[in-house]
Amino acid sequence: MLTAWAILADGLIYASWLFLIAAGLTVIYGVMRILNLAHGAFYALGAYTAATAIGWYYGGSGDTHMLVSYLLLGGCALVAGALLGAAVERGVLRIMYGRDEILMLIVTFALLLILDDAMKLIWGTQSYLPYQPYAEMGRMNFDGLSVAYYDVTLIAISLLVGLGLWYWLERTHTGKILRSIIHDREVSAAMGVNVKRMFTITFMIGAGLGAAAGGLTAPAISVAPGLGAEVIVVAFAVVVSGGLGSIGGAAIGAIAVGLARAASVHLAPELELFVIYAVMATVLIFRPHGLFGQATARKI
Amino acid sequence: MQMDRSEWLLLAGGLLIALGGFLLPSWMVSIATSAFATALVVQGVVLLIRAGLVSFGQGLFFGIGGYAAGMSNRFLGVTEVFGMLALGLVVAVALAMVLGLLVSRYREIFFAMLTLAFSMIAYGVLVKSRALGSTDGFGIDTWHILGWTPPDGYGQLSLFLLTVTIGSIVAVLLHRYRRSALGLACEAIRENEVRVEYMGISQRLVLYINYVIAAAVGALGGSLHALAIGHVDPGMTYWTTSGEFVFIALLAGSGHVAAPFIAAVLFALVRTYAVELIPNAWQMGLGITLLLIILFLPGGIWSLFTRLRRATS
Amino acid sequence: MSAVLTTRNLSRYFGAVTAADDINVTIDTGEIVGVIGANGAGKTTFINMVTGYLPPSEGEILFRGESIRGAGPRRLMRKGLSRSFQVPQVFHELPVMDNLVIALAAAENRHLNPFRPVHGPERLKAAEAMLEQMGIDAYRDELVTAMPQGARKLLDIGMALLADPSMILLDEPTSGVSLEEKHALMETVMEVVARRNLTVLFVEHDMEVVRRYVTRLLAFADGSVIADGTAEEVLSDATVQELITGKARPAAKEA
Repeated sequence: MLTAWAILADGLIYASWLFLIAAGLTVIYGVMRILNLAHGAFYALGAYTAATAIGWYYGGSGDTHMLVSYLLLGGCALVAGALLGAAVERGVLRIMYGRDEILMLIVTFALLLILDDAMKLIWGTQSYLPYQPYAEMGRMNFDGLSVAYYDVTLIAISLLVGLGLWYWLERTHTGKILRSIIHDREVSAAMGVNVKRMFTITFMIGAGLGAAAGGLTAPAISVAPGLGAEVIVVAFAVVVSGGLGSIGGAAIGAIAVGLARAASVHLAPELELFVIYAVMATVLIFRPHGLFGQATARKI
Repeated sequence: MQMDRSEWLLLAGGLLIALGGFLLPSWMVSIATSAFATALVVQGVVLLIRAGLVSFGQGLFFGIGGYAAGMSNRFLGVTEVFGMLALGLVVAVALAMVLGLLVSRYREIFFAMLTLAFSMIAYGVLVKSRALGSTDGFGIDTWHILGWTPPDGYGQLSLFLLTVTIGSIVAVLLHRYRRSALGLACEAIRENEVRVEYMGISQRLVLYINYVIAAAVGALGGSLHALAIGHVDPGMTYWTTSGEFVFIALLAGSGHVAAPFIAAVLFALVRTYAVELIPNAWQMGLGITLLLIILFLPGGIWSLFTRLRRATS
Repeated sequence: MSAVLTTRNLSRYFGAVTAADDINVTIDTGEIVGVIGANGAGKTTFINMVTGYLPPSEGEILFRGESIRGAGPRRLMRKGLSRSFQVPQVFHELPVMDNLVIALAAAENRHLNPFRPVHGPERLKAAEAMLEQMGIDAYRDELVTAMPQGARKLLDIGMALLADPSMILLDEPTSGVSLEEKHALMETVMEVVARRNLTVLFVEHDMEVVRRYVTRLLAFADGSVIADGTAEEVLSDATVQELITGKARPAAKEA
């Protein structure tokens, strides 16, 4: 029984981590039709930024406070991600708009390569372990099941992010404009929507979210080169399973992949990596466009 | 089998390269061997690109070829190189014939993602297989060619000659394939699926065969690569390895069957120096080059030759 | 005369929209049938259903007496039913010759051969003959992108003809083509189909073209056939005049 609870707890923690990463990816794909491999690099950037900020904060002699460290983790990462996102969108993606989705995928692959090395140049090749906030918050105990407070907070944050995105897309004016772009880019442009500007904003938000995800999870992982490449394929598995471009789909995909992985970690650890992609492959076999995806018909 | 001029040229090129192997220093021979092996995998990626499909998982067959050859050597005691190659080929083709049933339904990013998922599944399995050396993989050291064991110091050269020979034969066959009805049907599918359907062509069948052929050359490349460096590891199936194949394929362009060989050698040479000189920025160079190719050289390096020819004629 | 194509109660719904409503048509061997109708009247939906691209919601389709409901374009092409498209569906980045040669290989059912060069001497000859018949042999070695719209339309129809069909459906063969080219284009096409004794159905907006070529005319409105008869009969029909041609001038302006 304890195992079942442990699977559920670990699964949800992992799912919320996955959702945080997948959310930004989904927003960008949903609006811009770019499946962004470089999202992994934004995640890594967030993680590195947070590691530096935490190192500086805990390295000083003054008192530390959990709230401050949380703000540092999420805030610095978010800002760094959004700024780099704006630069990438303006500097590179803008030149490439209008090309095939698949070519854009390759473009973002190139960006991932570039950004990964840029981070190596800045932060070196050593690992960073900004564990302090994680340790400081401590753990709680449910009948023998020990869960870190940090992880519980992460679940709460990803719920908030999900709700916030939903509100933004469904209830605000900007969201309405974005939905019109999703529906028909040309018509929206013709009706006076500044599509370019909306793309920049979307990409900044998506990149910022990806970086924030990196920042918030940094205390639980080892931040080292190759992180981006590792994370992005898992995130892909989530969004493709859920259905590209749908926030709800990303949530469902995250939960499915999260629980599957947690189950495998507890029951059959040798299948841990296998299981993530097996979920994705299985979903694609039965639902070629993901659980929430919709096929678009081609017109003659 | 009647050979035409370009096929003779391909064979002659192969012969020249083979002769060159006797003059080059051994470190270059070794780089060239793995580069040509890589080029075979890239040939498969190019075949897919010609059909409008980008695979981010061709490392699957690269790895399968390498591991099947290596495992036959290590666990079944197969030491004959051709036996190892054949096993790699058979396993990969069998796998591709199963997976192909599925992936031939997919296009665009879904094809890319599904192929990626399959290669990552293989990665996940290999990393956790202690018998196969987990993340370290295992070595392949004892082998002979048709019963003949190369004398000390000539192992690398004989593998080079073997790779060039196989590479040349594959090049001729692929050259034929590209000019065949099936090869043209692939390009037709990339251009317009509706018309293809109305012409009475089954897209799925065409793409299926094309996928299996791509897998076959990928496995050959993987086996030869494993022999050349004497080692296999799960990294062969990691998605960034597949990304590298896509990079070389775009660098080569799909204009000619010789292009992937040239691009792969170029890639290997540049990498050898770049990793020494700028170990932490060489991927950045790759990324920038990739962007520049997409922007300014969509036909790859082969289009430079055709442009040059057009300019001089 | 025997029926080539028969539809019974053919209907197609897209959600709440009815794109084809209970269409009953029988077309006999050798007929040249024109189809007129406003945009959205269901003309292309009809062609898409008959050629197997779009499954009907209801009804039956017979081709030469045999039910073809549920058969896709691939099987119908093998049975002798071809079509062309309003927007030419050709391979734009390939040379014109390759467009034809692959169509020929497919028609011969030899498109799965991986080792024989697709440009065999016989195929080249057949492809060149088609280019000449269509009057577009000047583009033999060009990419399709280098062709003007009218030539692309002819290539599109030529590719459909290479399958050696017994019936061809032409979806707006003259749309997107300049007024001057229009008549020459139709002249070429009609000459080629006449030589092959094909049964033809074509969608057309220009009533002058319609009058000149059809032996029978169908008028579509809101997914139904509202008139069926000779060109004279249909074009003098009051409802047709009101809904489609506009009363005053039979040769209405291009939409």
